Amino acid sequence: MVELTQEQIQKLKELGRTQKENLLKMGETFKEDVKKYKAAIYTCNATSCHSGGAASVIDAFKESLETMGLSQDVRMVCTGCMGLCATGPLARVEIKGREPFLYKEVTPDLARIIVSEHVAPALRDGAEQPLRLSNYLKSKELSLQLPFFIKQRKIVLARLGHSDPENLGEYVATGGYQALMKCLEMKPEEVLEIIRKSGLRGRGGAGFPTAKKWEMLAQAPLCDGEKFMVCNGDEGDPGAYMDSCILGGGAHAVLEGMMIGAYATGATSGWFYVRAEYPLAIERVELALKQAKKYGILGKNIFGSDFSFMAELRYGAGAFVCGEETALLESLEGKRGTPHPRPPYPTQKGLFGKPTAINNVETLANVPPIILKGPEWFSEVGTATSKGTKVFALTGKVKHSGLVEVPMGTTVECMVNEIGGGTSSGKPFKAVQTGGPSGGVIPASHLDMPICYEELKKLGSMMGSGGMIVMDQDDSMVEIAKFYLNFTVDESCGKCAPCRIGGYQMLQLVKKIADGEGTQSDLKKIQEIGTAMKQAALCGLGQTAPNPVLSTIRFFYDEYETLIQQAQQKKAEKQKLQAELSSIEHEMKKLDERKPDSTLPAAGCSGQCKKE
Amino acid sequence: MEEMITLTIDSKEVKVPKGTSVLDAAKMIQVDIPTLCYHPDLHPSAACGICIVKINGRMLRSCCTPAEEGMEVITRDPDIIEARRTVLKLTLSKHPNECLTCQKNEMCELQSLAGKFGIRANAFDNITPTPFEMPKDASTKCIVLDPRKCILCGRCVEVCQHIQNVWALSILDRSVKTHIAPAGDSRLADSPCIKCGQCTAHCPTGALVEYDDSERVWSMLQEKDNYCVVQIAPAVRVSMGEAFGYAPGTVTTGKIYAALRKMGFKAVFDTNFGADVTIMEEGSEFVERFVKGDGVLPMITSCCPAWVDFMEKFYPDMIPHFSTCKSPHAIVGALTKTYYAEKIGVDPAKIKVISIMPCTAKKFEILRSKEMFASGFQDVDVSLTTREICRMIKQAGIDFVNLQEERADSPLGEYTGAGTVFGFTGGVMEAALRTVHYLVTGEEMKPENLEIKPILGVDKGIKEMTMNLAGKEVRICVAHGTGNVEKVMQHLQEAKEKGEEPPYHFIEVMACDGGCIGGGGQPLGVTDEIRKARMAGLMSDDEFSEFRCSHQNPSIKQLYDEFLGKPLGEKSHHLLHTSYQPIPLYKR
Repeated sequence: MVELTQEQIQKLKELGRTQKENLLKMGETFKEDVKKYKAAIYTCNATSCHSGGAASVIDAFKESLETMGLSQDVRMVCTGCMGLCATGPLARVEIKGREPFLYKEVTPDLARIIVSEHVAPALRDGAEQPLRLSNYLKSKELSLQLPFFIKQRKIVLARLGHSDPENLGEYVATGGYQALMKCLEMKPEEVLEIIRKSGLRGRGGAGFPTAKKWEMLAQAPLCDGEKFMVCNGDEGDPGAYMDSCILGGGAHAVLEGMMIGAYATGATSGWFYVRAEYPLAIERVELALKQAKKYGILGKNIFGSDFSFMAELRYGAGAFVCGEETALLESLEGKRGTPHPRPPYPTQKGLFGKPTAINNVETLANVPPIILKGPEWFSEVGTATSKGTKVFALTGKVKHSGLVEVPMGTTVECMVNEIGGGTSSGKPFKAVQTGGPSGGVIPASHLDMPICYEELKKLGSMMGSGGMIVMDQDDSMVEIAKFYLNFTVDESCGKCAPCRIGGYQMLQLVKKIADGEGTQSDLKKIQEIGTAMKQAALCGLGQTAPNPVLSTIRFFYDEYETLIQQAQQKKAEKQKLQAELSSIEHEMKKLDERKPDSTLPAAGCSGQCKKE
Repeated sequence: MEEMITLTIDSKEVKVPKGTSVLDAAKMIQVDIPTLCYHPDLHPSAACGICIVKINGRMLRSCCTPAEEGMEVITRDPDIIEARRTVLKLTLSKHPNECLTCQKNEMCELQSLAGKFGIRANAFDNITPTPFEMPKDASTKCIVLDPRKCILCGRCVEVCQHIQNVWALSILDRSVKTHIAPAGDSRLADSPCIKCGQCTAHCPTGALVEYDDSERVWSMLQEKDNYCVVQIAPAVRVSMGEAFGYAPGTVTTGKIYAALRKMGFKAVFDTNFGADVTIMEEGSEFVERFVKGDGVLPMITSCCPAWVDFMEKFYPDMIPHFSTCKSPHAIVGALTKTYYAEKIGVDPAKIKVISIMPCTAKKFEILRSKEMFASGFQDVDVSLTTREICRMIKQAGIDFVNLQEERADSPLGEYTGAGTVFGFTGGVMEAALRTVHYLVTGEEMKPENLEIKPILGVDKGIKEMTMNLAGKEVRICVAHGTGNVEKVMQHLQEAKEKGEEPPYHFIEVMACDGGCIGGGGQPLGVTDEIRKARMAGLMSDDEFSEFRCSHQNPSIKQLYDEFLGKPLGEKSHHLLHTSYQPIPLYKR
């Protein structure tokens, strides 16, 4: 590495200070610009709404604003996820002096009607005039007073649905990079202290205290002048898309969180590991990194300080196990993504053998608001040990499925019945599956359970990255267990025997039971394998793979039992039938044995042969 | 002073140097934690899950968990034993029940673990073969890979990639489909595999074994018209005893000769004789290149067939640096079918030469080029590994331990101490220098200088020294384990690119760790301790030899007088030298 002279460093610092001013100016300019508009239409263009046709909706909005000559008055914003994904594409109309209005299931046609019948008259008539909407438009309203919206508390998702994720000026105008600026004026230990006080825990699943992880990295000496921060964006649970949406809704917040972590720990560069199946998230991370490099947010002597940092993006190829931190590191190094034993922990010996802290996307996104608003503000939310909020992807048989952020400690009842609006089928709620393939089920009998790390663990499930799948009475728990186990068996990296063979064998047994062929001894074997996997599998994926099965056996034993009893009955019936069949065969054989007496010579024979 | 730490294992305090694994710490207090994927030669892969113990209440693998100050370890309680048993039962459920007919029967680590754990029934349905199993790969005719028997311990991959740096074997696919194969599921013969056989020497099960030629040898011995001749490699004499209960390193040469005669071989020769010839030729070649400046320097030894394969595949541009001299067993083969055949008046077509080698690559070498047919016939008909011959002796019901020692047959059986040291890393160089010294200075080396200490020993992968030879400085390098050789080659290439003088004049290479004593065809279970013991055995064989320099061997003198003429002469060139050509890493 080239040593810089004092003079060069001073010049870099000078540049950094100018860049900081320019950045803040950018935010101010944005605020000024926005003031010119009389209204704004926010259209969700996150993955779910996008696949529902949001792009053509946006075009339709723009086109009709243009034809009606409103382009100068109405600001069109393509936002990140607005949350209620099931009813997308979503669009929110905000007109100065009026209540915001949210539309669901927006089509290009509806977009044109919204402009002509809602936006245009409202702007023409002024704020005093009451707005008269057609019944059709009213039928497309999604009340912002729904429990789905008002029961949420948004920290991580605060900007999503309200701002343009690609606009750096808007990010700065809403406080972006000011947390980093604040940190750069503090000592790294002070930053660590704030995070420690906030009680922030890893949002990737296990809930390891973030400050503790960072302290470990801070204490580790530089290796060849390097230490790393890695952002784990390899979320791969079926039904989960929190990290995808957080990154897609603006990667600057995550980058800022990573940089704050780097400053606190002395890390020299960072890596975003994002799975390749998340094109939008990748696009946003790429853009954020490009912008950050252009405006001097990344680089040497950032904002005129002594802190230098650089970050890069790497794609994950989609193996579920690469979300496990040691496998992720192998994959980042360009090797086959398989876990390796800990200790040594990544904070001691991580990427390329150098100290590394790996943080989940959501964890990092929590950091800037904690710095800006203080640890007390954050720790007021949540339970005694689980602080802040948690983002969940609420899916399955629930009326309002989508992306939600709730305070830790929110009850299952509130999640399912209030925010989720109850089951989509209207049938009784049976259970909710949390923690993805590593988690378990929470049965209806535990509706009052507050959702936090400890409570979930007590029930044999886990927080996981935040997938939450609601099931009603029609769902077979054995099938659910089979589905998840099938997933982990498929995704096992194949390295350690307990997971590779144990998972496969367990799946065969679950399938056998599900197919109505199981026995009590199969159930016992499942439990034997499950215990061995928990104890002897190498990584978290293998150790938790039996959870969906063990947890459904725990809470829905009767379903397994019924299937086994049915199988036994079936077997008994079969045996009975077989016995009957063999007795019939026996009788027939007896008849056959009598045949020699009753067989007659062939009809044509009349003793001619004897004559010759 | 090493930093020591104290931990508690099964309520017993133990002090160990920092960095010691829990597994090794337990060994110090006579606690033998069962393992399966672990091998002391290799970095622990942590795959099998058998060695789990409770550390501060958590179940962790003892093989890869470093001991820490104040750690509380429990190595055995019902929970642990139950978990280990289940893991073992699971492993057995993905392994065919073919122990009785398996080549590794009685030597399989999985089998003996199942025995120790008293597994009496198949707890889970056996899932082998799974529909996606790859077929058995015997394409190299040196090494056989049977994926059905593989338990994915990862040892072969570790040794192939990180010790040998060949990367022929890798782990492919995932979940229950995970398997070991060359990249792209190509056959081993079409891969960069150098047939060193280190994978077979480290495999705990029958998934990777030597290609078994013993039946071919039995039928050759049966054929009445055949005149079967056998030769034993230097390193075989100190390892074969292990199969019959002797301590590693015990020199059992006389018993081996006797056993081979009992098996029906008409003449028993010693590859060490060939090694002495190699030194005469290779030593003279070096003198030509070094003293007379005729040829490229550095000169690199070529008696290791796996190394020849490696060089032809990975460093074909180094071909001019190679000694053209054949390996000792190929020399004995060529001489048996010419010189010896003439001498005893037997039609060489009827002579069958079988060589007993510590090596799997020798099976490939005997067919590798047209020069291997210099006698007009295939010079060596079959090459057997140490493991195969041990099994054959047992099959024949020969009471090896109580055999009377015998001598080898003349004249291809007499050898010097220089021939015997060929079996370990540094030995070929040592033997060569003893003769080169004589050839250059005309004087014998002083007895106290015969052991060239800086290039001996198995601990260092690359050994360097300089030696004064008639006022000229010779820069010498000895490397073993192709992973280390790679570094030497890169060093050479860098110097070449920079236009600098080569860093060495003479380089000895052996592909296996420790040289042939740690060869891929040697008795299983090799560790550095065993390598050292075997090396010590060969060193004492050298020390007690009547002659310790190849050129002093009376049979060698006779050979040149009666038959070859002079080293590097026309006859030598035809019978004892070979050529090399580049080989692509992957064939279609």
